[in-house]
Amino acid sequence: MKTKDSTMTERGFISIDGLSKHFGAVRAVDNVDLEIAQGEFFGLLGPSGCGKTTLLRMLGGFEVATAGEIHIDDEPMAAVPPNHRPVNMVFQNYAIFPHLNVFQNIAFGLRREKLGKPELEKRVDEALAMIRLEGYGARAAHELSGGQRQRVALARALIKKPKVLLLDEPLGALDKKLREQMQLELRELQKSLGITFVFVTHDQEEALTMSDRIAVMSDGHVLEQGSPAELYSHPNTRFVAEFLGAMNLFEAVVKGREADDYVVDAERLGQVRIAAPDGKFAPGERVSVGLRPENIKISLKDDSKSAASLAGTVSTAAYLGDRTHLYVRTAASEEPIIVGVQNLDGASGPGTEASSDVFLSWSPGTVLLLKH
Amino acid sequence: MATISIETITVPDLSPLWLSIQLATVTTIALLLLGTPLSWWLAHTRSRLKAPIEAITALPLVLPPTVIGFYFLVFLSPQSLLGSAWISITGETLTFSFTGLVVASIVYSMPFMVQPLQSAFELIGRAPLEAAATLRASPFDAFRSVAAPMALRAYISAIVLTFAHTIGEFGVVLMVGGNIPGSTKVISIAIYEHVETINYADAHVLSAILIAFSFLVLLFVYAANKRFPLSVG
Repeated sequence: MKTKDSTMTERGFISIDGLSKHFGAVRAVDNVDLEIAQGEFFGLLGPSGCGKTTLLRMLGGFEVATAGEIHIDDEPMAAVPPNHRPVNMVFQNYAIFPHLNVFQNIAFGLRREKLGKPELEKRVDEALAMIRLEGYGARAAHELSGGQRQRVALARALIKKPKVLLLDEPLGALDKKLREQMQLELRELQKSLGITFVFVTHDQEEALTMSDRIAVMSDGHVLEQGSPAELYSHPNTRFVAEFLGAMNLFEAVVKGREADDYVVDAERLGQVRIAAPDGKFAPGERVSVGLRPENIKISLKDDSKSAASLAGTVSTAAYLGDRTHLYVRTAASEEPIIVGVQNLDGASGPGTEASSDVFLSWSPGTVLLLKH
Repeated sequence: MATISIETITVPDLSPLWLSIQLATVTTIALLLLGTPLSWWLAHTRSRLKAPIEAITALPLVLPPTVIGFYFLVFLSPQSLLGSAWISITGETLTFSFTGLVVASIVYSMPFMVQPLQSAFELIGRAPLEAAATLRASPFDAFRSVAAPMALRAYISAIVLTFAHTIGEFGVVLMVGGNIPGSTKVISIAIYEHVETINYADAHVLSAILIAFSFLVLLFVYAANKRFPLSVG
């Protein structure tokens, strides 16, 4: 495991230790270690089939681990069935009970606590207020919009005051605008309640927006974990670098080490020095060099003082509203380099039209050295 | 051909009708208790036994009643293991008795209970049950408070069809039960006997009762399907 946060050595509120789940020959989750702190908003991010949902379902008790252990609040979970775990889960399609109205849906969990009727009604009313659906108690499930169903599922789970809330692609079924609004609402709700949230998503933007920390999964493994900013600006692996936002990648070979830097031979860029702690790479190792589009500066004349520059021609300009992505062809390669340009006052400045001849430059500190 | 006028209609002996209703009621209740766990298991299992067991429960749909009746005669007869054990426990034979009819009807009507329930449970899927579990409902609680109400329409169909199908059964009943008044002479056999003895008047009355009953049952099933839309979604 490559832990960014080296201070997290003691056992977390949720402690996942060597957890595996095999379905026949398929290793859906393979030897995963994770420590999740109390009150944390933790994102499990990865493409479909990476094992993130299986991992979440093991936390909920719906899949039995092939190997490894889960502790929640120091309690081992292996022998605890779903209905006795200190967690609640919000499902991808919400799983609102269609035969019950909104009030009955939200009250479902409380009814199992043998509360008096006044207390039960008070708690459900509070929950309805929390999700801003006052007066919706008598509505039938099928009368609700997608966003309202999502809120009811949330209230139904949170009313039980669980130690941990598990969310499986909670916003996946909503349209973009509503999704962005719900991202903020969920985040604020989580902060005000202080409940630990573990949520699964394949949407990198959503993971970056909502999480305190993210674990990026691929093929059943946790490749990297860290804060959104850490993972975005300093990924260690090519997979994570590519998965979180746009990235220009150059194949490279490690040549050796000079002072605090690795010297690599990269296609199109030539010899590049990149600062990285010793021992991470071996001479001769095949690696990738990464450059984020927004870290590349574009100019009409070659005014860079450093050697880090390239000449090219803009082939396509993709207007994205707040920014434009320029696809710049360079002499060395067919593959264009993507350059991100901020659009101020609606325009992206000189040299940003197709077929402009431009020079690309970047500061050496923004170049990333990535494991394959 | 016998002609029928209003004056010739007399009320025939209705005890075969009551016997049929008793048989159908007992069979339906027994199948509710047996069919619910069986269809639940079939809907959720990943076992390799699923397909063979599905095939076995569906056999009565395709086999002639004579085949089922014949094997029941063989396996329930006093010479058989089951039949002789039953005699030593109860002192009665399973063949040519009401109990034997119940056993045969349970098997014969099994698909009418199991198939609607199994499709309903499959359609409901695991998500609502997992949602109930995460809200602290035990598996039985989740079944009672989520799965069963969601499968209400399927239960209504299954109960009504099982009941009606048992009322209408003839071949198996004739072979296993024979024609003993008050014990195994159900309505379909009574009609057969009336026709055999050219008592068309009584055959008409009992047949008309069965037609009206069957129509009302089907009307109820279709109306209920509208009234209780399948609660999935």
